[in-house]
Amino acid sequence: MRKLFALLVSIATVVASFGGATASAQRRTPQRTQPAPTKPESGTPSAAEAPPTASAAGDLLIRNATILTASHGTLENSDILVRKGKIAAVGRNLSAGEGVKVVDASGKFVTPGIIDCHSHSAIDAINEGTLSVTSMVRIRDVMNPTDIDVYRALAGGVTAQNTLHGSANTIGGQNAVVKMKYGRPINEWFFGAPPGIKFALGENVKRSNNQNFIIVGQPQAPRRYPATRMGQEEVIRDALTRARNYKRDWDDYRAAQSRGDRNAIPPRRDLQLEALVEVLEGKRFVHAHSYRSDEMLMLMNIAEEFGFRIKTLQHVLEGYKIAPEIARHGAGASAFADFWGYKLEAYDAIPYDVAIMTRAGVVSTVNSDDAGRARRLNIEAAKMMKYGGLTEQEALRTVTLNAAIQLGIDNRTGSIDVGKDADLVIWNGHPLSVYSRVDQTYIEGELFFDREQDIKNRAALERERQELEKAEPNQAPSGAPAGAPQRGRRPGSQDDDDGDGGNN
Amino acid sequence: MNRQTTHTNSVAHVSRVLCATLFVALASLAAVAQQASSNMGPAFQSGTPGTFAIRGAHIFPVSGPDIENGTVVISNGKIAAVGANVSVPAGAHVIDGRGLSVYPGMIDLGTSIGLIEITEQGATGWVDTQEVGELNPNAKAFYGINPHSSHVAVTRVNGVTTVLSSPLGGLVSGQSALINLLGSTAPEMAVERFAALVVNYPRTGFGGGFFAFQQQPQGADAATQRDRQLEQIRKQLRDADAYARAVDAANADPKLPRAERDVVLESLVPYVRGQKPVIFRADRDADIRGAVRFAEELKLKPIILGGNDSWKAAQFLKEHNVPVILTGVLDLPSREDDPYDVMYECASKLQQAGVQFAISTGDTASDVRTLPYHAGMAAAFGLPKAEALKAVTLYPAQIIGYGNQLGSLDVGKIGNVVVTDGDLLEARTNIRHLFINGREVPLVSKHTELYDAFKNRK
Repeated sequence: MRKLFALLVSIATVVASFGGATASAQRRTPQRTQPAPTKPESGTPSAAEAPPTASAAGDLLIRNATILTASHGTLENSDILVRKGKIAAVGRNLSAGEGVKVVDASGKFVTPGIIDCHSHSAIDAINEGTLSVTSMVRIRDVMNPTDIDVYRALAGGVTAQNTLHGSANTIGGQNAVVKMKYGRPINEWFFGAPPGIKFALGENVKRSNNQNFIIVGQPQAPRRYPATRMGQEEVIRDALTRARNYKRDWDDYRAAQSRGDRNAIPPRRDLQLEALVEVLEGKRFVHAHSYRSDEMLMLMNIAEEFGFRIKTLQHVLEGYKIAPEIARHGAGASAFADFWGYKLEAYDAIPYDVAIMTRAGVVSTVNSDDAGRARRLNIEAAKMMKYGGLTEQEALRTVTLNAAIQLGIDNRTGSIDVGKDADLVIWNGHPLSVYSRVDQTYIEGELFFDREQDIKNRAALERERQELEKAEPNQAPSGAPAGAPQRGRRPGSQDDDDGDGGNN
Repeated sequence: MNRQTTHTNSVAHVSRVLCATLFVALASLAAVAQQASSNMGPAFQSGTPGTFAIRGAHIFPVSGPDIENGTVVISNGKIAAVGANVSVPAGAHVIDGRGLSVYPGMIDLGTSIGLIEITEQGATGWVDTQEVGELNPNAKAFYGINPHSSHVAVTRVNGVTTVLSSPLGGLVSGQSALINLLGSTAPEMAVERFAALVVNYPRTGFGGGFFAFQQQPQGADAATQRDRQLEQIRKQLRDADAYARAVDAANADPKLPRAERDVVLESLVPYVRGQKPVIFRADRDADIRGAVRFAEELKLKPIILGGNDSWKAAQFLKEHNVPVILTGVLDLPSREDDPYDVMYECASKLQQAGVQFAISTGDTASDVRTLPYHAGMAAAFGLPKAEALKAVTLYPAQIIGYGNQLGSLDVGKIGNVVVTDGDLLEARTNIRHLFINGREVPLVSKHTELYDAFKNRK
């Protein structure tokens, strides 16, 4: 039974990662191989161990850059002063003060850190694909702070992400909005963002019933409710109704208590419904995976009926068909830039989606949903200027300020304004140009990616790799032909040189 | 009660949407029918033939130096003139090119456009990429291409005018078609109906993950399986060679017995004789080298498609004069300890080593329009900008054997021309005019039509 349970989870994960929400988010067994930025203990750490951090307190002066603020236009030849991890001043000719590290950014560009509104990086499990309502499970319990994809995203300027469950379940689980503090204990990644939850509609939820998905030699997965969009509406309605009843029971109990009724019996605590009560109370944001306009309308209507609002429609491929309704409901929209046609419900996706919704007054973002795409969200944003004519600042906001608004963290990050966290990216050219790349990425004034240092580290890493390859467990067993895959490595490791990228 | 109202509202919304869509669609159809010979929707138009002159534009011929202020003339389907001092022929439709740039259309050699509409979710009726069985040299993409696939217009309006469309399955997948992305029929689209043979170079070691479920052979068994598969391919190619020699001998000497006609072996003859290229899909260093050695053993004309590790084999590829269609620029590094930019830099390393290469999306269909950004990323990481442009224009044309007809703005080449308001590889750049086969093509697709239908909905 236990074995079957484990299998179901694997199947759901495989199913989910083979398309759709996690279109190409193939998970791998994380192994720490890139140097994690660790605070220097004592003495000088070796180059391979730790890229340099900014001055310990997060004090920093970035000088003479072109600054794209995302909130108030572009500032030429300007400086950013960072004190204790916060932006202390933005302007010309700022002075650093004693002991503050100065970065000369002449000829370079600075943007706020990119915020990826839909990510599955840094997690060891995506779907709890057994029940269709798993509001009790939490992303933060399965986070891996040394997932190499996080480092790669930092190298693309990403400083925060909305880490979401997959889309196998109608109600997937509790999200984690984190700063990308690669290598640090996961608790340090959290910074007080409002909690959220993943909902999912459409084909991916239906697909968890796919009887055609057969794994050779394994028993077939049993069918699971819901199998249609009809069932999805009903599952959500049922779950919210149970949550409402549960809240009433607690309200009644607390009222009885306050009346001094010593015989009042507390309701039995229910972790599944607790999270949904927070949804009803507007304290937990719903991020809803949705493709077709009809299912989005269904969800917004049901939310209104229960007295709350959907915080973001994720993917929202047909959002452009109902942009006024989304605007009236007050949901944000988080879309792909131009990814489309990979399944039937993505067939009417158009790259003008974000532009139409933006013009209708919907706060819109462009997300990655993919560790590969997360590395170039600046280019995804640039496409929004082409498709529907967003201005440069509007385009930049789709991956910065708007994402912060959608996640309720715009008081902390998302733009270059005094008082916000110093989550900053230094680019070697205009950040919306395909020819540009990231030189440095700072989170709260601390350096988490430095291209120069990364390049310096490579020789040491290569030496380490060669040493490891000489180690006994990595030698081919006697009798195996040269060039044959070697046994004894962790299954699924990409280090077996096969370049498949797949491990679920 | 509340629910009732809600539902009624939704129905009303939907009917409003439908009415609006229908109205806009009909209106745009009517407008287009006046301008075009086709009475189909604009995305399906076959373009307007004629003589065109783009005057006063910044011209990027790709094959030679830029011309800052010049004219390109397109006539009778071909490029008729390119230069700073070109006179505009009488009767030409003149396009004011001030502030605009002119480029050859881009070419992606790693696609399956026309063979696939939607990949997943029970839409298999729309998929023709992959035949049953391992050896299908006579499965020809040309006969599976749907000229009315929505991908055709969606891709070309982003400046990609020519693609190689290839089958995917088995060991020998079949034959690719080189097509221009314009035409009402596959013959109208085809530049070369049977342009290349596609071989999935057999490989060892499908490591973990999904493949672990399938009980793939491991270790020595895997190597044995690869060798057995290679032997299958080798045998078929040798049979084709023998068949071709028997047919030739019988043609030369009527007294000899004629070989029974065999369409499978017949289809392989131009490939075993090295007259047409054989594309080997291979990503790993060992597989790339293996494919090249296999091709040399059988005297084939190999091209590597994929080539994630080609930077490791760059010197080898240069020495053996084998070109690479690189599809992985935007892929994640395949190993955790690879540098983060290993794939971004791959093209630059090939270029430095002198390997002939092209950049491709490697996408079956829907993402092929992102080709310029793959090249742009390679340029952000070391590849000179001019080389990045060539990697999606002239180089793919040369690799597939059509360098004399495609890939640059040179007189006599096919009139595949893109006019932009900026750098062709930048994501912000808009395409302003598009010519394929010398026809002016409307800048409409399924996507622009849906945009027009919904952008003003209140």
